[in-house]
This record gives sequence, structure tokens and C-alpha cells, in this order.
Amino acid sequence: MTINELQDELIEDFAFYQDWMEKYEYIIQLGKEVPLIEEEYKTEDYIIKGCQSRVWLYPELRDGKVFFTADSDAIITKGLVSLMVKVLSGHTPAEIAQADLYFIDEIGLKEHLSPTRANGLLSMVKQMKLYAVALQMRA
Amino acid sequence: MKTFDINKIREDFPILRREVNGKPLVYFDNGATTQKPKQVIDAITRYYADMNSNVHRGVHYLSQISTDAFEITRRKVQAFIGAKHEHEIIITKGTTESINIIASCYGRAFIQAGDEIIISAMEHHSNIVPWQMLCDEKGCVLRVIPMNDRGELDIAAYASLFSERTKLVSFTYVSNALGTINPVKEMIDIAHEHHVPVLVDGAQAVQHLAVDVQELDVDFFAFSGHKMYGPTGVGVLYGKEELLNKMPPYQGGGDMIKDVTFEKTTYNELPFKFEAGTPNIEAGICLGDAIDYIESIGLDAIHAYEDDLLHYATSRLSEIEGIRFIGTAAQKSSVISFVVDGVHPYDIGVILDKLGVAVRTGHHCAQPVMDSFSIPGTVRVSLAMYNTKEEVDVLMDGLKRALTMLL
Repeated sequence: MTINELQDELIEDFAFYQDWMEKYEYIIQLGKEVPLIEEEYKTEDYIIKGCQSRVWLYPELRDGKVFFTADSDAIITKGLVSLMVKVLSGHTPAEIAQADLYFIDEIGLKEHLSPTRANGLLSMVKQMKLYAVALQMRA
Repeated sequence: MKTFDINKIREDFPILRREVNGKPLVYFDNGATTQKPKQVIDAITRYYADMNSNVHRGVHYLSQISTDAFEITRRKVQAFIGAKHEHEIIITKGTTESINIIASCYGRAFIQAGDEIIISAMEHHSNIVPWQMLCDEKGCVLRVIPMNDRGELDIAAYASLFSERTKLVSFTYVSNALGTINPVKEMIDIAHEHHVPVLVDGAQAVQHLAVDVQELDVDFFAFSGHKMYGPTGVGVLYGKEELLNKMPPYQGGGDMIKDVTFEKTTYNELPFKFEAGTPNIEAGICLGDAIDYIESIGLDAIHAYEDDLLHYATSRLSEIEGIRFIGTAAQKSSVISFVVDGVHPYDIGVILDKLGVAVRTGHHCAQPVMDSFSIPGTVRVSLAMYNTKEEVDVLMDGLKRALTMLL
């Protein structure tokens, strides 16, 4: 699936949940599905700055596509990073760098995108795109 | 003691009637800032509608009434904290600026390389970083009063920190992260035995406890308006006249001068020497209305009510399995910091927010405190006079619900 198809699928999934608590329960569930980062990469080098909780994100280039693994010590943050990984992992660096992540707004998580929010969703997005650009340069 | 009418008090705070995320607001982030009563909100509107004009300058009518109103606040502050002279009250931007004024001006006047400044292990970053900056600039050294695992300062260790190089002591009255009430009088007396002046950070104290700076014999005292039901952007620095007179001005500009020529400028008298530029006039004036509000209810009554609420909240929260209170001092005020085994404070904060309950999560600008308890942060419930036991019950229901989701 393309990045946009994946986004549309998530928008549909979230539309199913009426209230905020259900949405968060789903986000927590998604957190459990995130491909976990290897312990050896859970270092300062792979930590995302700007989060109240700690988030680690590791990118890998395989067959021209970027695959992310991640983890966080807060489970809602882990769910948020899982959402991002679901949408962006397995795509080319160029696709990731150019992705318009409209789903964040659509599923009602826009409030989390403000630069001053403690969960650092914006920092995650920026970092994932930066990784993609860096891997593209190296490739 | 005056009667404490909680329903009437709650009616005074319009924001308490609003909803957040579809639920009635329960505001437990009072350590960060308190809500404002309509008496303060109305005074702000009245200022702009009736008297807006610059202070200490014009001969015209509006300038005179705004100047009078600003100076009335100074006298209200003087009475509120029991200062000897009104010119010992410097109106600042807030506690942070008040502390920075002392670090900068007392530092310039009295601190040399090798001198020592004593602070405590439970300080807010605002009472750590200005001293570190001064130490970087002057080559002085910070000494830190240790605390025990209940979050109480070790007074014996404190007494042993003094040397002939000790030039200043600065510590908080009430810890924003732990709620500990420090034995300030005893600590000031110890410093004075060594002839060392003391700055007390009263940001978390003045809204909960009656303070008398002369009785404490404190040399400098700092607090903020916005944490005591007043406007943001205004605070107070109290200093003993003798010390303030020996210090150079903080910033240069209008209002702080007597005469300016290109050859030489002479500085204005206290308090204006430390009040360069146009102040936050509206907030300065309306800080007086916040003081009136607090005094109309009475700090003794507020303290008794909040103490009862603190005990109720602590005992209810103790029902939570796996809860660990951070800060269990014998003397505490209005702050409950906690962690729950296996749950990140941030997650709890997010779910509570969705249920309309505002708490703070994180390190509370006191990272060294968190480090000493080996935790990344806490959930902090901080109380104000308008909070109720029913709100504590809402918090409990929310917390239980959050933990069902998160564990």
C-alpha cells in the first residue's frame, strides 16, 4: 500500500471509535504492535528530543526502502510512534521525505502536532523525514 | 478566623464553570498557575477602560490615577508580607526575575572568585540556573543542602556548609515538586549566625501561608502574582533597604534614573532603581486586587481548608495499588507528587486530561529533585482554595480508569 492508502485506512479505523477514551485505547493497542527497536540502539543517538517521555527510533535501509523500529517508555507515546511507523515504514526515502501526513489531522491528533506539545509527535515526524533524507543521500 | 464559604469562592472563579473535553473542568495544576477570581478579571478590564496611562511620568490626570493605583499595590504588598518600608517592595515580572535581580546585582556588588553560595537540593530551576550563571561569570562555587528520602532538607548538613567564603543562601519556602514546607525561620537564623544574608523563594508559599518578612528576618523574598490568583507577568522582590541600597541597578532605562547626561547618570531612589522601563502596569495594579481577594478570605482559613483537602486527597490516593508518593515531608503544603509502578506519568496526564482533569506531569522544572528520587518525573496534583473533595473524587475515578487502560 502507498503512504496515502495506509493513512486512509487508519482514518477509517479511527472513525469507528466514538469517544476519546476509545481512541486512546486503540492508540495504546497500536503501541503493542510497533516493531521494537533492538536494545543496542536504545541510546542517546536514537532518542527523539522534545518528548516528556523517552522515544527511540531506528531507521534501516533495505532494498531501497526505509524500515523503522521504535520504542517508548510511555505507552501512549509508543502508540503515537507506532502510528507513524505504520504509515511511513517500508517506503522509499523520497516517498517518506515528501509525505503529506494529513491523517494526523483527520484522526483528531492535530493538537499533538504543536511544537510545544510534550509528546513530541512533531519531533518524531521531523526526525523520520530527516532519517529518510539522510539515507537517500547515502544511497 | 473568617468563615470559609467554598460555594461562594467557586462562584468567584468563572473558569471553573467551563468544560474541557466535554467534562467539567477539574483544575489541579495550581502550582503552575492559579485561576483568577472575577474581582481580578474585572479589575483588569477596569484598568484599560478607565485609567490606562503610563506610570510615574505624566502630570495629566490619567497618569496620576494609574500611578496612584500602582503605588497602592506596593503598599498592599508591603502590608501583605509585613515589610518595614514600601520602598523595599520591587515590582518585577515574577519570581524568576526577582531571583535574577539578586543573582545579578548582589552578585556584582558582593561576590568574588572563590566565594560560596548555598542553595538546596529541592530548588526549582529558577533558583539554580541564575546562581550557576553567576558562578560561571565570577568563579564562585555552589554548595547544595542535601535532603532525605521524604524530601526534607538536612538542617545539620546545611549548618555545616557555611565557611568564611559563604556570601549568600537561597532556598525555597515550599517545594513546587514535593510540597515540603522548609523550616525557613530556623534556616535564616543559622545563616545569620554566620552573617550571611538569605533569599527565600516564596512562589509556592504566599498563596497558602501567611508570611511576615520582618518576623522571619529574611533579607530577600521573591514571589509571583499569577500563582496567587493574580495576573501573569508580575511579581515581587522584597529586600531589606540597607542591602538594596548597596546593590547596583539591574537594568538601565527610564524610571530608574535621577539625572542623565552623557558624562554621568545618577540613579533613582528605591524602589525605582530596580524598576527600569515601563512596568506591566495592568498586572501591577491588579496584583493588589488579588491580595485583597486573598485577604478577604484570610490565609488562616485558606490554610486550614487546603490542609484538610491535602489530607483527604493523600488518603484517597493511597487507595491506588502501586502508588508511590514523592515528597512525604512532615510539613507539607498543597502539593501531591506521585508515580504509579509500571506507568509513565505522561500517560496518566494524557488520560486525565481527556476526562477534564488538569494535572502536571514531568519534572516540574526541578530535574535535580527527580534525579535524587531516580525517576523521570511525577504526576503532580497541586491544590488551591477553590478545589473540593468532590473534585478529588473525580480525580480518583479518572485515575482508576486511566490505570485500567495503562496497566
